[in-house]
Amino acid sequence: MSILADKNTRLVIQGITGREGGFHTEQMAAYGTNIVAGVTPGKGGQWFESESGKIPVFDTVKTAVESTGANASVIFVPARFAVDAIYEAADAGLPLVVCLTEYIPVLDMIAVRSYLKKTNTRLLGPNCPGLITPEQAKLGIIPGSIVKPGHVGVVSKSGTLTYEVVYALTAKGMGQSTCVGIGGDPIQGTDFIDVLRMFEDDPETEQVVMIGEIGGNAEEKAAAFISQHMTKKVTSFIAGRTAPPGRRMGHAGAIVEGKSGTAESKIKALNDAGVQVADNPDDIAELVVHG
Amino acid sequence: MNLHEYQAKRLFAEKGVPIPPGEVAMSPAEVREIARELGGKVVVKAQVLTGGRGKAGGVKLASTPDEAQKYAGQILGMDIKGLRVRRVLIDQQAPGIEQEIYLAVLIDRGRRLPMIMASAAGGMDIEEVADKTPDKIVTSHIDPTLGVRSYQSTYIASQIDLPRNLWRDFHNIVVGLYECFKSNDASLCEVNPLVITGEGKLLAVDGKMSIDDNALARQPRLAEMRDISDEPVSEKEARLAGINFIQLDGNIGCMVNGAGLAMTTMDIIKLFGGDPANFLDIGGGAKAEQVATAIRLILSDPKVEAILINIFGGITRGDEVAKGIIQALDEVQTDIPMVVRLAGTNAEEGMAILADAEMETAVTLSDAARKAVAAVGGAR
Repeated sequence: MSILADKNTRLVIQGITGREGGFHTEQMAAYGTNIVAGVTPGKGGQWFESESGKIPVFDTVKTAVESTGANASVIFVPARFAVDAIYEAADAGLPLVVCLTEYIPVLDMIAVRSYLKKTNTRLLGPNCPGLITPEQAKLGIIPGSIVKPGHVGVVSKSGTLTYEVVYALTAKGMGQSTCVGIGGDPIQGTDFIDVLRMFEDDPETEQVVMIGEIGGNAEEKAAAFISQHMTKKVTSFIAGRTAPPGRRMGHAGAIVEGKSGTAESKIKALNDAGVQVADNPDDIAELVVHG
Repeated sequence: MNLHEYQAKRLFAEKGVPIPPGEVAMSPAEVREIARELGGKVVVKAQVLTGGRGKAGGVKLASTPDEAQKYAGQILGMDIKGLRVRRVLIDQQAPGIEQEIYLAVLIDRGRRLPMIMASAAGGMDIEEVADKTPDKIVTSHIDPTLGVRSYQSTYIASQIDLPRNLWRDFHNIVVGLYECFKSNDASLCEVNPLVITGEGKLLAVDGKMSIDDNALARQPRLAEMRDISDEPVSEKEARLAGINFIQLDGNIGCMVNGAGLAMTTMDIIKLFGGDPANFLDIGGGAKAEQVATAIRLILSDPKVEAILINIFGGITRGDEVAKGIIQALDEVQTDIPMVVRLAGTNAEEGMAILADAEMETAVTLSDAARKAVAAVGGAR
């Protein structure tokens, strides 16, 4: 078992003929992900030729789902089309939509969230690296070479920082059940608590690593959830201890405003919830192994 | 992106929020003329993108055009928290102030909805009010498909004890502020204070507005309002090259891929007793050219005594980064020590490219940070 995706996932790629979409489709297919369809409006009927086989391209997600039984999508389209792509995937009834696109306006995401409440679709992202269930399915861009199957669930706001931590876990022989990047935008489809709950319910996941960063209060809320509902051990790292207030550190959500969003507040909340917070990502694997 | 007070208030006024008559000026002589047209009794306000202008002496009440000119002379050119005052706003004074109210529309990240926030304790720093007397803050969330309903403004007006004869005007102001928020892709529209004047009218005497950077592409009018006069040259160059760069005070320059890892690299340098000179995220999939620009930017800071390069390749390829480093070193002669740590995609190919350059290498981030700190003479 795992969460969100496994070898039964039938994936459709929105934006499969684009530069990024094409490149990463190749990578995902090479990893063994079951990619059943691609969508690019106006290119329906063509085939996407990958080294792992041919993938049919459709004009719409609805026709792709009807023809192939796709049950998840990954969105690789530019920001100005991405919101439409999310609505289209949800409207086609897909239970899981992963949106990697960066720079989606916040008010658009508020409308998306409001719409998704009326559907059964779970959105991961936007502006996230996606997820990977080792040796089963890769939905996004987390490098397959750094993960290995195992029992640590990883959830993170960041991309490359996740790689750093996962790499360290793998090096120590600690494999992962699933690694999930929720993204660093202020409004996300899936948050820490959603993923923590899934890991808590997943029999294959024995413990969890949660990687947060400054900005917002998602880590504080996650800490409250952990202390009330998690029986599994959680270890954490928070990026941005030394970030100056008032300066946005790359991610649209990573900013310390006044007293809110500081690393201190997050670390304290997590410690109070019994979560060990590493000072250094290199130490996380050690904490996971020995506590 | 933050707007100046005068820009924010003009956008509020477009949606029917009452603001005092006023004008912007860049010289004391202009200020005198504007003050005369406004009837003499004005307030001269520094327009800089930071809070605490009043405490810094950047806001002065003048009774005559002469006085306004004199104050403008003091305020223009003043340094407020490192920002030079280039413009002043001259507003007609409110005809008496009976009460100050706080009113804002902002995004509640937790509930993922826009929210109206108000308090009878206006004029103060709202974070302090929230901290010390949270019961004095009233909120109401806005469903984007419904907009602001009148019961919401009634609820807020009653909770902050607004006189009943002002409830209708208050509703129009809340609706106008939300319209302004929505149509301009704002993340914050704040009126602080909204005053009840001596004549018993509501008036937005100070305003603040932040725009969602991700929406600037569809808000060309607002994109043009960006004040880049205080943006350091290096940060501007970075922005144009698609690099995320923020100058800091330390002496160890950093180049990293990914914002979270870039923050972490700064944190680890500090953890080992060093001091980062910058935050720098080259983004995903950076090409050699971008890497070279990043190195040039770091080297343009005279405080930098060592550089730490930390790349964990996913989309970004180690060999591209290495080519960029070599390219930069061909263009800029430097004897500043560099510590390079490459991991992930094509890291080995990258290290091979760098083998001939005289560069210290590291396997882990901790190792890299330790070596960079040693290169600047050890922990501070």
